[in-house]
Amino acid sequence: MPIRTLVAGLMLPLMLAQPTLAQVTDDTVTTFTLDNGMEAIVIEDHRAPVVVHMVWYDVGAADEPPGKSGIAHFLEHLMFKGTDTLEPGEFSRTVSAQGGSDNAFTSYDYTGYFQRVAADRLELMMRMEADRMRNLVLDDEDMLTERDVVLEERAQRTESNPGAIFGEMRSAAQYLNHPYRIPIIGWRHEVSELTLEDALAFYRRFYAPNNATLIVAGDVEPEEVRALAETHYGPIEPTPGLGPRVRPSEPPQVSPRRLTYEDARVSNPYVVRSYLAPERDTGNQEEAAALTLLAEIMGGSPATSVMGRILEQEEGVALYTQASYSGTSYDDTTFSLAVLPTPDRTLEQAEADLDRMIDTILEEGIDPAQLERMRTQIRAASIYERDSLQGRAREFGTAITSGLTVQDVLDWPEILAAVTEEDILAAARRVFRPERSVTGYLRKPEPAAPPTAARIEPVSQAPGTATLPEAPETPAAPADPEAPATEVPAPQITQPEETDQ
Amino acid sequence: MIARLTTALAAAILLPLPAVAEVEIQEITTPGGITAWLVEEHSIPFTSIEVQFEGGANEEPLEARGATYLMMGLLEEGAGDMDARAFSERREALAARTDFDANNDSVTIGLSFLTENREESVDLMRAALVDPSFDPEAVERVREQVLAGLAADARDPQEIAGETFAALSFPEHPYGSRIEGTPETVAALNIDDLRTAHTRALTRDRARVGVTGDITAEELAPLLDRLLGDLPESDPVDIPEVETALDGGITVVDFPSPQSVVLFGHSGIAFDDPDYFAAFILNHIIGGRGFDSRLMTEVREKRGLTYGIGTFLSPRDKSEEMLGQFSSSNDKAAEAIEIVRAEWAHIAEEGVTPEELDAAKTYLTGAYPLRFDGNSRIAGILTGMQSLDLPIDYIPNRNDRIEAVTLDDVKRVAAELLRPEDLHFVVVGQPDGLRSGSF
Repeated sequence: MPIRTLVAGLMLPLMLAQPTLAQVTDDTVTTFTLDNGMEAIVIEDHRAPVVVHMVWYDVGAADEPPGKSGIAHFLEHLMFKGTDTLEPGEFSRTVSAQGGSDNAFTSYDYTGYFQRVAADRLELMMRMEADRMRNLVLDDEDMLTERDVVLEERAQRTESNPGAIFGEMRSAAQYLNHPYRIPIIGWRHEVSELTLEDALAFYRRFYAPNNATLIVAGDVEPEEVRALAETHYGPIEPTPGLGPRVRPSEPPQVSPRRLTYEDARVSNPYVVRSYLAPERDTGNQEEAAALTLLAEIMGGSPATSVMGRILEQEEGVALYTQASYSGTSYDDTTFSLAVLPTPDRTLEQAEADLDRMIDTILEEGIDPAQLERMRTQIRAASIYERDSLQGRAREFGTAITSGLTVQDVLDWPEILAAVTEEDILAAARRVFRPERSVTGYLRKPEPAAPPTAARIEPVSQAPGTATLPEAPETPAAPADPEAPATEVPAPQITQPEETDQ
Repeated sequence: MIARLTTALAAAILLPLPAVAEVEIQEITTPGGITAWLVEEHSIPFTSIEVQFEGGANEEPLEARGATYLMMGLLEEGAGDMDARAFSERREALAARTDFDANNDSVTIGLSFLTENREESVDLMRAALVDPSFDPEAVERVREQVLAGLAADARDPQEIAGETFAALSFPEHPYGSRIEGTPETVAALNIDDLRTAHTRALTRDRARVGVTGDITAEELAPLLDRLLGDLPESDPVDIPEVETALDGGITVVDFPSPQSVVLFGHSGIAFDDPDYFAAFILNHIIGGRGFDSRLMTEVREKRGLTYGIGTFLSPRDKSEEMLGQFSSSNDKAAEAIEIVRAEWAHIAEEGVTPEELDAAKTYLTGAYPLRFDGNSRIAGILTGMQSLDLPIDYIPNRNDRIEAVTLDDVKRVAAELLRPEDLHFVVVGQPDGLRSGSF
């Protein structure tokens, strides 16, 4: 576990994910549309006989009816119950029996389902995924048990994690009216009242071919994918009258907001400042590109970014700093800065440091060498990213469900590479507006609570990511090719942007 | 649930068996005498190298606990004539990616580089490995980060559970204490400790090298000599094998949280044991990946007592355990523990069903080729194989070892391996009706 990762874990979850930087234009990406409105993207990669099959629905937590928070995610769980032809749980069992893995994820703007299998199993996956698009069968017993599972998930991911509770409070303050203010997993009091009828109403309306994108990546030919898709997805009736998504929108934000969350479980206090920020729009990604680079320049690397270099390295006043922006979002997103100060510093001082970094970049501009190195990395990212089938498929999926097109995704690296110092500074001036900001302090109550846990001799355990059902944390890294523990988890600086089945 | 097994089985019979991973490994020995395993993959212009150095933090003295971890964290914080910033700027300019990781049994470094920047990237990593500065300012900065991490972990129920379980299992052994050290040992580490850890952990003769990507054997050999040739020879420390000191029972650690984190287990099985694969399949059926393991079915799907529960074999160089983990609301943890114990006893007595064995084999053999998807993943698998002394032709034959396991094997291994009376549960939270003690 790299040490930076360890420290990054201290302040998770902060904000939306750093976007993956780039995707090269190449002829391995093709698209088609079925007569019922279902879009499809095929990404060819013939290195290994593997395929990733995904269906992305243009619906997420931000599309939930008022008072029904968590229904999008709850339905995602219920999608693993039965259909007219599949027993409850049979979907995943069938995938497993093929040596494959499957899961699903819910975010504000999308709900996605995927399987990773040997390439010759694609048709079976399509048959089952098409089946559960319309033929889900649920009973109350399934529903009640699964609701308990979701409440346990919320307890594990949110209520056991002061940083996550803090994140919920900050989002609720950032968005005055837009549903991004509500947690994806839902508020506990509403989740515990969700009903079967709530889930089915949401399902019947939004789970339809004209509200879905098929993504197939791997060792496949586009013609073959099209033929299979026409056979399995083609006959499904669309939902009539599904217009573009329109959510409650933000009024002018005219007052800075501040909040403090205190929790006895906090060990390292930190401050986060977030600003409402524009997202990538189709055909108009320049502002988002400038903000993407601004985040990198301010907080991308502990040694060379403005905040890392000055606050962590030169002045030694922060243990960890971060700047974060994810432009891939259907509606307005956020640009965030965070400082975790050294123990001798107060949060007020840390906030002053944070403000000073904003002034520094606006006044001193950007080191041309830093900008040049970043362009090199953007170019390299488009090479490295070709190594990950799933990563490429997901990049397209998140973009499409955020209102972008395949062309926007292909154009993105060049738009990033064309960003100039002036663009970045102009975008910075537009985004750093106090009246659209939330400043949050996370700390322990004063006076400090008595030590909460009986300390026994400390021992080694990989510091932590949230435990998913399929990958429990291991207390030690087994040197075992049956479970290669050589993959080091990436620093988790994301808010629970997604939540899994 | 009745139709589950037959359907899965039917699907398995109707479809052809999955492809075997097509990974062609070359073994190369450089002019300087370094052995490496290479998989050439020229379709994307970059290469990943992973080097695993046997030894690891087990070999540091307990009073300098944390030295290896801190040392590995400092390798990218200044080397040769570069300070931390210059090192990072160089890495960014080359678009190289580096990774430094410390474990008890080994330390590992990873490097990915573009084909056009091969030599410069290797030179950069070489500086980190051979000539790290351990500049006092950087040492203090990273030390503070480690201490902050320790402080956070002391209030994290997941971490407290892991610490407690390890400390109870291995009281006198490095496995029983955190690899990051304690606040006291970390505070006391000096630059000599770091240099000692560096000379001990990064040694040429204990390097296991895996390489995958856009490079040929001829191109790779001189780069590896450059990367590793100036490292010292090892002077291994004898680390004793150790057995878990835990008996069956429950240890409750009070922690104010709506959920209890539960870590459980008992001793396990070594990778080189002839029954390892039977145990591996058994573990998969009990609590391996996916949603249809026995424990996921009983604890999550039927009763909604947790979001996830899993078990795993943890065979390490000096000890073996079989472990599991879940979180449950405080009012449900006791029931979940009872179900785990009951299921443990049930399988120990009855073994598994033929359908479960078939489904597990189909999954495990089918999933295996899907692992080889990406340069750095393959490089990691290559080093892992070498550190276990597996033959170079292991990959095409591995599924045969799974297929060879019989129902009787699993039954016999289940009776030996699963000992419900020895299961120890560490529970961090405020669980209703649970108290420390034996069952």
